Amino acid sequence: MSFMEIKDLRVHYPIRGGFFNTIVDYVHAVDGINMEFDKGKTYGLVGESGCGKSTTGKAIIGLEKITSGQIIYEGKDVTNQRRQRNSSYNRDIQMIFQDAHSSLNPRKRVQDILAEPIRNFLNLSDLEEKRKINELLAIVGMPEDAKVKYPHEFSGGQKQRIGIARAIATNPKLIIADEPVSALDLSVQAQVLNFLKDIQAELGLSYLFISHDLGVVKHMCDHISIMYKGRFVESGSKKDIYQSPQHIYTKRLLSAIPTIEPASRVERKVERINVENNYQIENHQYFDANGRVYDLQSISDTHAVAKTVNKEGVM
Amino acid sequence: MKPTQELLTINNLHTGFRVKDKYFNAVDGVSIHLKKNEILAIVGESGCGKSTLATSIIGLHDHNNTKITGEIQFKGLNLATLTDEKLNNVRGNDIGMIFQDPLSALNPLMRIGDQIEEALIYHTRMSRIERSHRVIELLNQVGIPNPQRVLKQFPHQLSGGMRQRVIIAIAISCKPSIIIADEPTTALDVTIQAQILDLLKDLQAETESGIILITHDLGVVAEVADRVAVMYAGQIIEEAPVEELFNNPAHPYTRSLLNSIPQTHSENEKLEVIQGLVPSLVNLPRNGCRFAPRIPWIPAEAHETEPQLHEIAPGHFVRCTCWNHFHFKGEEGGSLL
Repeated sequence: MSFMEIKDLRVHYPIRGGFFNTIVDYVHAVDGINMEFDKGKTYGLVGESGCGKSTTGKAIIGLEKITSGQIIYEGKDVTNQRRQRNSSYNRDIQMIFQDAHSSLNPRKRVQDILAEPIRNFLNLSDLEEKRKINELLAIVGMPEDAKVKYPHEFSGGQKQRIGIARAIATNPKLIIADEPVSALDLSVQAQVLNFLKDIQAELGLSYLFISHDLGVVKHMCDHISIMYKGRFVESGSKKDIYQSPQHIYTKRLLSAIPTIEPASRVERKVERINVENNYQIENHQYFDANGRVYDLQSISDTHAVAKTVNKEGVM
Repeated sequence: MKPTQELLTINNLHTGFRVKDKYFNAVDGVSIHLKKNEILAIVGESGCGKSTLATSIIGLHDHNNTKITGEIQFKGLNLATLTDEKLNNVRGNDIGMIFQDPLSALNPLMRIGDQIEEALIYHTRMSRIERSHRVIELLNQVGIPNPQRVLKQFPHQLSGGMRQRVIIAIAISCKPSIIIADEPTTALDVTIQAQILDLLKDLQAETESGIILITHDLGVVAEVADRVAVMYAGQIIEEAPVEELFNNPAHPYTRSLLNSIPQTHSENEKLEVIQGLVPSLVNLPRNGCRFAPRIPWIPAEAHETEPQLHEIAPGHFVRCTCWNHFHFKGEEGGSLL
């Protein structure tokens, strides 16, 4: 019952060079990914820096031009209407950014920051608008006098909550959260994560949770996709990914996460070295001659892995 | 422990920064020691003074706006009182430093080889040929493939993990007895982080040096450290061998912090949130237990008026008495007496 679908999304950046500054090649930042979004679920997008996860988020919301592919929202193709002011897509998909500080206009008070999406999308009277702003601040657990303050007067966690308040102002269906807690300290991170879960239950939101932290993703997400060089290498439920990872890259990523159990660290190091060796040996089973990831093959209802069709590794 | 095994002993160190003619201590009475062949981790959230502690050791602070009192004993010298000139003989030579951001720690206009050689020129009397051999040896040691080519390259031509390896090569170039690593892997991806941590641990075993690892990531601590000191608001509030700390954390702050890590929880459980904020330098409460305002449900009698470090198990120190009476909010608390 997905309300939104992404089909074969590609974002390629041209590399210019040569005599007349012509296009010599393309960077395949996002190279053919498919996703589906259900109501009230959290989707994780994990990968190392430069794998294209943020570009995917930006392309979905319309901050990045799509080279090819389709975005189907509630049965309609909205690929080219993503940034039109009167489209419902634009209202229903919102974003939370990594660096809360730079995503808030330093010259605007909190009430003006929160009023912006309201004025853009909801036709409210002044009084209703005020009421709505108070309501939003109450949802994110901020005192009412925060309205007249400027962003610099708040701490990192509070700023992130203002960012969240702005994102939920228009009652969105999907929030794209691009590394929402990477810049925060551990205790503040816990606060924001708890809070994101609370409002999800309350408002029936879906999240696309973009992160490099597999611990946070495990805590938050129902469905996880692992991305490498612009393509998905593995996609599945939390259980699929953490308990039976199939792709060598997923295994490598999982073995690299530090665990807070000092007793088992020697075994983990051995495991890590094993995985690293396998990664070198079995490379050809998972990547083609150009180092490109194969297409995803379903191995169960929820779980898909990018592997060659015949496992012998004939290319 | 024999005293000779202690490489570095810090006694009652205070580092104050000047704000409008008054000094505010960011490091407030820290005493700690580092032994040979040991990785000591200093953990804490931003603003707790852990980086200030590191930079105080090698005197990287501006003298006009900083006041350092206390003792930093290293090989018979008190580093806190040395002049810059004398310090220059120690830092980079006997004490190596690894910084968080490898790109800004390298000079963008110098070739990698020259940057590593710089420390050798300053601190050793090697000949040119000896030096170039040593540079290649160092690059091999930190696992850089094809060192002949890399030493002619500039920092921007290397990836983040490779740059951090170069920084490590510079830090160990003069065979230091202490390496101070300030968040060495924070800017790196997890797979690279694992490689760099393994490298640090291997190098440490090889050179028998002591490492002070400063980090906010408890996972990294569990992965490499031998002993851990947890800092909060300029003080060390708990110190223990690594397994002891993770198995029997005592101080309320340590326990709250461990409970707020997502990976230890099953999916639907709530993460522990520490109420309130890390106090800023100027507003820091200097009397009583500094963590008390963030656990208001613990009665005031549970805290000491002058919190001291108490040894509750061999090598396990905890500040203040409140750990004995601590329970998470909503849980049943033990009675006070």
